[in-house]
Amino acid sequence: MLDSINKQKSCGEAGVTPLLQTKGITKDYPGVRALDGVDFELRAGEVHVLFGENGAGKSTLISILAGANQPSTGRITYKGKPVTLDSVHDARSLGISAVFQEFSLIPQMTVEENLFLGAEPRRAGLLDQARISREAQETLEELGFALKPDQLVDRLTRAEQQMVEIAKAFRSELQVLILDEPTASLTTHETDQLFELIAGLKKRGVGVIYITHRMAEIRRIGDRITVLRDGRYIDTVNAAEATEDDLVQLMTGRVVGAIFPELNLNAPGDVVLDARNVTTNDGLVVDASVTVRAGEIVGMAGLVGSGKSELMQACFGAMAIRTGTVMLNGQGITGHTPKRNIRDGFLYLPADRHNEGLMMTRSVRENVALASLDIEPFSKGIFINRGGEKKAVEALTTRLNLSPPQIERTVEHFSGGNQQKVMLARALTRKYDLIVFDEPTVGVDVGTRASIYEFIVELARGGVAIVLISSDLPEILHLTTRAYVFFHGRTQAELQADQLTEEKVLAHFFEKEAC
Amino acid sequence: MAEQSVTASNAPAIGGLGNLTKRLFVKLGILPFLLFIAMIVFTLLSENFLTLQNMMNVLRQSVYLMIVALGQMLALLTGGFDLSVGTALALSSVVGAMVMAAIFAIAPDMVWLAIALGCLSGILAGVTIGIVNGAGVAFFNVSPFMVSLGMASVGFGIALYLTGGVPVYGMPMAFSDTFGYGYLLGIPAPVFVAALLAFGLYVFLYRTPQGRYFYAVGGNLKAASLSGINTKATLFFTYVLSAFFAAVAGMLLTARIDTGEANIGASMPLESIAACVIAGVSLRGGVGRLESVVLGALFIGLIQNGMNLAQIESYLQTVVLGILLILAVIADQIRLRYVASLKN
Repeated sequence: MLDSINKQKSCGEAGVTPLLQTKGITKDYPGVRALDGVDFELRAGEVHVLFGENGAGKSTLISILAGANQPSTGRITYKGKPVTLDSVHDARSLGISAVFQEFSLIPQMTVEENLFLGAEPRRAGLLDQARISREAQETLEELGFALKPDQLVDRLTRAEQQMVEIAKAFRSELQVLILDEPTASLTTHETDQLFELIAGLKKRGVGVIYITHRMAEIRRIGDRITVLRDGRYIDTVNAAEATEDDLVQLMTGRVVGAIFPELNLNAPGDVVLDARNVTTNDGLVVDASVTVRAGEIVGMAGLVGSGKSELMQACFGAMAIRTGTVMLNGQGITGHTPKRNIRDGFLYLPADRHNEGLMMTRSVRENVALASLDIEPFSKGIFINRGGEKKAVEALTTRLNLSPPQIERTVEHFSGGNQQKVMLARALTRKYDLIVFDEPTVGVDVGTRASIYEFIVELARGGVAIVLISSDLPEILHLTTRAYVFFHGRTQAELQADQLTEEKVLAHFFEKEAC
Repeated sequence: MAEQSVTASNAPAIGGLGNLTKRLFVKLGILPFLLFIAMIVFTLLSENFLTLQNMMNVLRQSVYLMIVALGQMLALLTGGFDLSVGTALALSSVVGAMVMAAIFAIAPDMVWLAIALGCLSGILAGVTIGIVNGAGVAFFNVSPFMVSLGMASVGFGIALYLTGGVPVYGMPMAFSDTFGYGYLLGIPAPVFVAALLAFGLYVFLYRTPQGRYFYAVGGNLKAASLSGINTKATLFFTYVLSAFFAAVAGMLLTARIDTGEANIGASMPLESIAACVIAGVSLRGGVGRLESVVLGALFIGLIQNGMNLAQIESYLQTVVLGILLILAVIADQIRLRYVASLKN
């Protein structure tokens, strides 16, 4: 039924065979299955929205379709023929182009140089500058972009750079255009311009894959929506018929199962962290206020970049605060260094263990002990106490079930879950009053996740104030006693335990449809 | 050492000599292989090579490079490098010699005062270069390459300006007799000083928290900062120490040649980096052992000595040294690939 309606909607003969189709695409990374047997089809002349939470597999899927990544198993057919896309170049030559959130522009070059990068027209072996300028001008005019070909990309606004990126996609005969949250940094006017462009492309029979979190955009330009969750294909629905509630349910309705422990926390104690009207220098956090009490687990929810992580980094001293105050146990700690905060009993465990958490080339022992080398049993006087350090780290890794249990092994040789355990073990190397876990289960398998949750709850039972920053909604719902929802750097809402439901949290998560 | 025995006991049974070599290479790096080859080649080329007398020569000749390499190692450990070690060495030599000669000329009776003040001012002059390097890297986020390259030029210019390009004479005899040719507890004085410095640095690096912070900063700057380590102070201190070691080497070398020279130390940046890299210190920071660097410096001394005995022209010796450095870096890359392949 639905199918037939769609066929009538999409234009003419292309409706019969899909333009681009995937069958059973699976992508494995070490320890993680990012995509699990995903079927997806794109018809000529439609805007097909990919919808799902962070980590649902949208980005992996489009990177495979754009040739930037290769699937572990599964087939891709293009215009009815099976194809392998070994590189971005391959995909481009077939007419599949992607515009990622991370731009592939070279800032020191001009617009026209960027447009033709890697496929410069040549004459007698030399650059054909005249042709480059002419064709760049033509492309920009055709697209209606008010850009000068000889401008340096560095000088352009983010929206203008996006235009260059899109124009780049037009260099070859465009059949499939993939856009990853293209309006995230655009003004309303620029967004309108982009949508006009997309409408024009549809008429020409180009298929557009469009990733967005914004309901309003789905309404405006989407034809069909495919929902992904945890790397799996969930459903494809017509944009005109799907309500916001339907989509949210499809997106989040996972089986939570028994991986979350019973909370059973004691009544909260004194206020440990009190951040008031904090605004950071870089403007990622605006006038945000939170309080955290001893023995409670407070959630920080919101999209990536909503300020939930940045606020805690600012409190910890890893980010500069412009205005506002931060108090720890009643003492002002605004602007203190991480070093001082750690000594005062405040630890922040970063989300990106690879780049911010661990020294990958050093041993487990050194990584665990790193933040506590100034105290016993890790040191004695001015010297490190090697025996005490070894014993303490061994005890901690045993408690956390590190596998394999070898504390002299370098961290890079452990799986993601075990690396995470090494970092979390730092929470036990000294007495902390407040511990902030930033995305503690990113890239971690289900078994380890359960033990990490247990670990966090145990700490809270022991009277430690816990902040749990998470983009994973079930974690917020099942593991916290109270939660703040962030949006555009502000604390949009504070939800008490009885208000912690999916609908209530999500209501503050996204930009509302009405506005 | 402990690390190696742990991994060794867990290594599965190995089949084939090639595989064994590969595992040894992954574990120990290229240095043992190079040492082995060099020993055989030079022993065959010259009968005077493998004698106790000559080995003592090698040791005595390599201590200056060894001391400089210890400082260079710190810079490499934190993920940078120090191109101004040669200049710090030369500047300390010139300033130390001038101050020493001046005081000796005014008060010929107070020999040891002249020596002490001369050494102190020489080392301070060298350390000044490190202070500028450290400030540039730690507080102004300038790349270590640029700061130390710039300071290499500044320091060299100052040293030449101070001396007018002429060697500085007039130091008390006792200075050269004691620190250049003397013996302390039956060990040549320069070797004694080098051993003392190496031991002190060893204790500092592996027995104190601050020592481990050098590895942490090079291993992951952001993680170190979030773990409450003062990364700026650590980086600053790195370059000050590096210059300090170079300056001490400068004073010892001054005692050995009995003149203050602006031109000594020109080959030090290359040789000290080579000693470290051949010894397995990673250019990406965070990896490397002091014992290996000592061996690395000895290895370079050994090569130079061997080539001298084999009557290889000194111009060609620099060619060999450069090739060795490049080989070591390539070997490091191959080793990384092997590590990845052994993991699977």
